[in-house]
Amino acid sequence: MTLWFVFALMTVAAIFAVLWPLSRRGRTDSGGSEVVVYRDQLAEIDRDMASGIIGAAEADAARIEISRRLLAAADQTGREQPAQGSLNLRRTAAIVALVGLPVIASSFYLALGSPRLGDFPLAERSRVADANQPLANLVAQVEAHLEKNPTDGRGWTVLAPVLSRLGRYDDAVRAYRNAITYAGDSADRRADLGEALMGSAGGVVTADAKAEFERSVALNGDDAKANYFLGLAAEQDGRKADAAALWQKMLAKGPSDAPWRPLVQAALVRVGGSVPDVAPGVSAPALPDGAVAAAKDMSEADRGTMIKGMVDRLATRLKTNGDDVEGWLRLVRAYLVMGERDKAMSARADARQAVANDADRLRQLNEGLKNLGLDG
Amino acid sequence: MIAESGHYALVLALGLALIQSIVPIVGARWRDAALMNVARSTALAQLLFVAASFAALVTLHVTSDFSVANVYENSHSLKPLLYKITGVWGNHEGSMLLWVSILALFGGLVAAFGNNLPLSLRAHVLAVQAWVASAFYLFILITSNPFLRIANPPLEGRDLNPVLQDIGLAVHPPMLYLGYVGFSISFSFAVAALLEGRIDAAWARWVRPWTLMAWIFLTLGIAMGSYWAYYELGWGGWWFWDPVENASLMPWLAGTALLHSALVMEKRNALKVWTVLLSILTFSLSLLGTFLVRSGVLTSVHAFATDPTRGVFILLILFVFIGGSLSLYAWRAPALKQGGLFAPISREGALVLNNLLLTTACATVFIGTLYPLALEVLTGEKISVGAPFFNFTFAPLFVPLLLAVPFGPLLAWKRGDLLGAAQRLMVAGIVALVAMALVLAWTYGGATLAPLAIGLAAFVIMGALCDLAERIALFRIPLSLSLRRARGLPRATWGTAFAHAGLGVALIGIVCETTWNSEYIGSMKPDDVARVAGYQLRLDGLNPRQGPNFREMVAQFTVTRDGDKISVMTPSKRNFTTRGASTTEAALLTRGASQLYISLGDTSADGAIAVRIYHKPLVLMIWWGPVLMAFGGLLSLSDRRLRVGAPKPAKAAARALQAAE
Repeated sequence: MTLWFVFALMTVAAIFAVLWPLSRRGRTDSGGSEVVVYRDQLAEIDRDMASGIIGAAEADAARIEISRRLLAAADQTGREQPAQGSLNLRRTAAIVALVGLPVIASSFYLALGSPRLGDFPLAERSRVADANQPLANLVAQVEAHLEKNPTDGRGWTVLAPVLSRLGRYDDAVRAYRNAITYAGDSADRRADLGEALMGSAGGVVTADAKAEFERSVALNGDDAKANYFLGLAAEQDGRKADAAALWQKMLAKGPSDAPWRPLVQAALVRVGGSVPDVAPGVSAPALPDGAVAAAKDMSEADRGTMIKGMVDRLATRLKTNGDDVEGWLRLVRAYLVMGERDKAMSARADARQAVANDADRLRQLNEGLKNLGLDG
Repeated sequence: MIAESGHYALVLALGLALIQSIVPIVGARWRDAALMNVARSTALAQLLFVAASFAALVTLHVTSDFSVANVYENSHSLKPLLYKITGVWGNHEGSMLLWVSILALFGGLVAAFGNNLPLSLRAHVLAVQAWVASAFYLFILITSNPFLRIANPPLEGRDLNPVLQDIGLAVHPPMLYLGYVGFSISFSFAVAALLEGRIDAAWARWVRPWTLMAWIFLTLGIAMGSYWAYYELGWGGWWFWDPVENASLMPWLAGTALLHSALVMEKRNALKVWTVLLSILTFSLSLLGTFLVRSGVLTSVHAFATDPTRGVFILLILFVFIGGSLSLYAWRAPALKQGGLFAPISREGALVLNNLLLTTACATVFIGTLYPLALEVLTGEKISVGAPFFNFTFAPLFVPLLLAVPFGPLLAWKRGDLLGAAQRLMVAGIVALVAMALVLAWTYGGATLAPLAIGLAAFVIMGALCDLAERIALFRIPLSLSLRRARGLPRATWGTAFAHAGLGVALIGIVCETTWNSEYIGSMKPDDVARVAGYQLRLDGLNPRQGPNFREMVAQFTVTRDGDKISVMTPSKRNFTTRGASTTEAALLTRGASQLYISLGDTSADGAIAVRIYHKPLVLMIWWGPVLMAFGGLLSLSDRRLRVGAPKPAKAAARALQAAE
């Protein structure tokens, strides 16, 4: 409300600036005249002559010249009509000011301004922030700490993934680089750095990102993230066969319950590669080793029943204890592999509801869901 | 509320400018004093609102209100207060707001101190000023609005470009803008004269203080910018013929020409049409400079093409104002009465020569700056026009100009005596020859052109002194009488002498710096000693240090000469984590007018650091010259005959009025 009051006051002041000269009708401010300038020039010649800068003859010549201009100017001024007032014009001008100013100002302001947003200066913000934005505030604190202790490798290691998740990829890249410099090189960090580089390039595996993935693979040939993205790079380059080969190798070598399996399988299908033919028990995820061994000897139908039973047990357990994020992810993955997409979706909804009160778990869950290719 | 009020104040300023664009013209047409006076109060109110808007933006930056996009993008809560304030104009939107603020300031000054102007002229001038202002308000509001908000403010800003986190930013852009925008007044006067169809010697007298003021600021602004580049960029160069620098040099050259031609017009009622044209051109070049710097066309024609809104808008403004004013000129100028005649050898003639050389120099800079751009647009070929081109074209134009400078003030108006002037310059000529011979002998076998240039500079400086000596009849009449005459000399005469001498001083600095510059470039380890121009510089060590929003590596050098310790120099390299950028802080040691200059490069693995050390003889004279020029301008501005709106005795004004009616 105060804001509109201030706006109104300002508008009134502006209108007043236009109306004020219009209202002073009697006294006309006539302004200066050329005559004054030429008189000054004449006086100056006298001064110059008195101080001996110019001679008498030059002074005379100059005086004649200036006098001529003076006469012309006086003549001109005399011929001009005296200033006159035109009441109609003044009224029109007054109306233009009274109506035009508010109309122009409000139409521009309403189109461009944000009258509902209050100020948000630093002092006020640090008070509010604790309650509203714990994560952002924490990030700012860590950043401030690192500004002063830039060699704190642990700090950078903690900060980097958070920045990446916040979408501040450029900062994340720098943070990962610092983490590598100060906390040591590792395949994971290189792969994460490459992912952040991709993020800042809008999801494209750039040459820089690719170089990081290659370094990561050099450090650890089995690094899943780096291998996956190297495959993606090959796909983006149009080398689908290479991509397929990379991913097939991953699936063949990787552990059976690796969380990235569905993702890689989906990617493999996308590039037209065949999913390697492994034992069915391996492709169905999340079974304990003993169960897999038992399943090997079963008939197809029995095996299906067994898996279904295990999945149902998992679902029941999660209904009573919803805190287990890993469990939820396993469940969703299981439904997906069994081709029951509807159940997977409803499990996802249940999971979200179950961990909704815990921000950390929720984030973990969303991350996992993203890896499964269930975005959003 | 501060952000929104600032935004609204800017919108109101636009409204007022629109009214100020129309109502006074209508008033002048129907000779209604009240309508004409609307120009005055609206100009003042406009200034008030823009100032409020600018103050609001400064407040937002100081309080780190990141809900304003402009603050978020260019500030950081840890930045020192000074840089929070200077950061306001360290970015596009803020600098445009500063631009219009200064435009409104000049409009306000004309409104407040233009009592000596005829009513209709003042109304026209302020209306034209408002046209320019309206265009730029629209530009700001539509394409570069500094008051746009972010609904969910981020917690920390992105910080200002570290190179700009320097005291130079506090001074250079405001100075430069005062210069650029100051020329808008002479432009408005010129267009007003064309609209009125009447122009005479009095016009020049009225417009001169404004031109002079703009010229002083532009001179200081360019000099300041050059010094800033010299110490901040770490290369020790002070002029790069970079398009941004050229963009400020062009209005300066044209403005200098304008200053001189307005003199002819004021004294002799001649060169009127030419002076009007120069006024238009000078401000057009200022606008062009704004376009070049602000549209991003310089970084790359392609960068401009990817986000063309701003560039196209300024281009439009450019076309409307330059095209419009030149068409108006083509239409109305032939109707203006021609003024007095003069012989080629006369003060007027000398000033015409000055104008010819300055405008030609300006044209070469113009071509050198725009040709590569035009070529890139047309053929896609990228070329760069650098120092060789400018040295090759600029020097031949400036040599005759400098040779002629001392003659000008010694020639009489109307019909001059060249031989007499030459005789009076005899002393200056002799001094110049002696200086040349001395320098030649001292640097025997070295550069041949440099001693000649030094001689030329000595001639310019002595010429200025000769002019003064001549006017006070030094040594021809008793000294006490001479001193009295010196006191009685108009300040403009002193101003001329200072400004012309400043040219010579700057020339000496330029020649010495470029010819006898010595340098040491290499990598040094602690306790290594570098020898440059008779100085020994020992690297004592490298120490890390933590600044407010950066950390730096400081190198400490002990400077000795012939075994005597002179001083300690501490160049450093700063790292700004927020932007992940680093800057080089050069260390300067001033010895008289010469300087030692150290800037650091990268450290190598074995603990050595790359170091560039320069000894720059008389380098400071490069900037003392412009400061002298500006001081001369200031003297001239304070001349009582030129004082604007100085309270004139009311009686005199009234008498003049009676005489007029």
